[in-house]
Amino acid sequence: MSIQQISVFLENRAGQLAEITKVLAGEGIDLRAISIAETADYGVLRMIVDDSQKAKSILLDSGYIMSVTPVLAVAVPDAPGGVASVLELLAEGKIDIEYMYSLFTHVEGKAYMVFRVSDEGKFKALLDSHGIQTCGPEVLGLKQ
Amino acid sequence: MKRYYQPEIETASPEQMRAWQDERLVKQVQHVWDNVPFYRKKMEEKGLTPADIKSVDDLKKLPFITKDDLRECYPYGLLAKPLNECVRIQSTSGTTGKRVVAFYTQHDVDLWDDCCARAITAVGGTNEDVCQVAYGYGLFTGGPGLNGGSHKVGCLTLPMSSGNTDRQLQFMTDLEATILCCTPSYAAYLAESVNERGLRDKIKLKAGIFGAEAWSEEMRRDIEKQLGIKAYDIYGLTEITGPGVSFECEEQTGMHVNEDHFIPEIIDPNTGEVLPEGTKGELVFTSITKEAFPLLRYRTRDICVLSRKKCSCGRTLIKMAKPMGRSDDMLIIKGVNVFPSQVEAVLLEQGYQANYQIIVDRVNHSDTMEVQVEMTPENFSDSLAKITEMEKSLVAALKTMLGIYAKVKLVAPKSITRSEGKAVRVIDKRKI
Repeated sequence: MSIQQISVFLENRAGQLAEITKVLAGEGIDLRAISIAETADYGVLRMIVDDSQKAKSILLDSGYIMSVTPVLAVAVPDAPGGVASVLELLAEGKIDIEYMYSLFTHVEGKAYMVFRVSDEGKFKALLDSHGIQTCGPEVLGLKQ
Repeated sequence: MKRYYQPEIETASPEQMRAWQDERLVKQVQHVWDNVPFYRKKMEEKGLTPADIKSVDDLKKLPFITKDDLRECYPYGLLAKPLNECVRIQSTSGTTGKRVVAFYTQHDVDLWDDCCARAITAVGGTNEDVCQVAYGYGLFTGGPGLNGGSHKVGCLTLPMSSGNTDRQLQFMTDLEATILCCTPSYAAYLAESVNERGLRDKIKLKAGIFGAEAWSEEMRRDIEKQLGIKAYDIYGLTEITGPGVSFECEEQTGMHVNEDHFIPEIIDPNTGEVLPEGTKGELVFTSITKEAFPLLRYRTRDICVLSRKKCSCGRTLIKMAKPMGRSDDMLIIKGVNVFPSQVEAVLLEQGYQANYQIIVDRVNHSDTMEVQVEMTPENFSDSLAKITEMEKSLVAALKTMLGIYAKVKLVAPKSITRSEGKAVRVIDKRKI
């Protein structure tokens, strides 16, 4: 089960991030997770939003370069060692992490993390066998 | 001290020079008519036969040849001698990636070496000198040209090629180089390094021959001061032969054209009409002695002025001013010819759009080139690793096409400055 992530190309210039979040805020889009990977000249902004279809059309209309990618949202035990247990599974399975970041959403002893890995199927199987859940949009209250 | 390498030529009377030019031009026209179908066709199109060219006065009747022609004729289309009589090629980049390949017979190499020997002698070079050639060696004509000239003069030649500054300075001091040949930007860099390392008292340099790049009078004085030498300009282009087409003498007021080999003309770049001496226009060369790759009325696209004013050095060879610009969009970066169209071709091939900007600058006396290109939806990915990989492959493709490193900067769509709806392709920040 996966959720939609929005990635946007941003130049590494002052005010770029403020501008895009303002555009989304203006249309009532709620950010649930945000992460940036950057080089000296540019960055990739990755977001989970409450309404990815709407966000997509807003961004395209505003002239941004963007893409929508399915990613895994994992319900990590919200206790010391929670993230470590998931990372250990990845290490055991020799699965590479392309990137990961946290969602702001936080319920009933669970924290949610977004994972993009080299072998999603294998990762899911490992999570299942260890009773760790992945969750779809409805669990996180996302319209996708 | 010997003042001239070939005094009978360099100080020949105008009548003598004219007589040589007339005779050689007539012979050359017959040579290309007989051996190069491309020229024959071009002449026939203008209704000309070799009989119409009786002297230099008739030169203006001949059609021009351009860089595009060279590209079309790549590789053998302009070859005027059988390959088994050719001993060398040199090459430079063309307008859209196809390189220009120039062929040389041994005779052609010899005359080129003579031209460079004249340049070295003009700056005071003799067989007592140690000549450090720090131009690149290889397809680029800088190294091979000055190397050959240095041999002819009888200097001890240090074939350093460009780069490896530590080694340059070591040989410069240990072997007591007296003449340095390289690009002006590299000379400035070496000068700076000499002073930074406190080697000024250990060097024996007296003169430098610096060409293949535009440089200012200010830069000349700066290099002269830093190294305690006299710095001289040299001009040339691979199509005609390489460095040594013209060279500066002690007067440092322009470059004497080796017009016994290369006849210069100045034309109006728009109409093609020949302009009188002293008028600014596009420089055109006709090589009247080369065998393998003779070019008749080659348009250099360099804008400059010719002058027959008497020179205090005693040479009667016509002088050309330092080129003042180009009549096309070619850039010279690190001594290498770069056309925006080459950059465009690479971008399109790599899946980018032709929205780009080339930014040229000079940092620490060395040219830098940056290509800013707008990101496209197709090339975008959520994975930074994928984007940087594409960026790397673009850098590599540009290096292959241009022969020099260009930094790539990916920018947001529509962020490239457009003036009056038209993109400004090149921003040259160098103050030359």
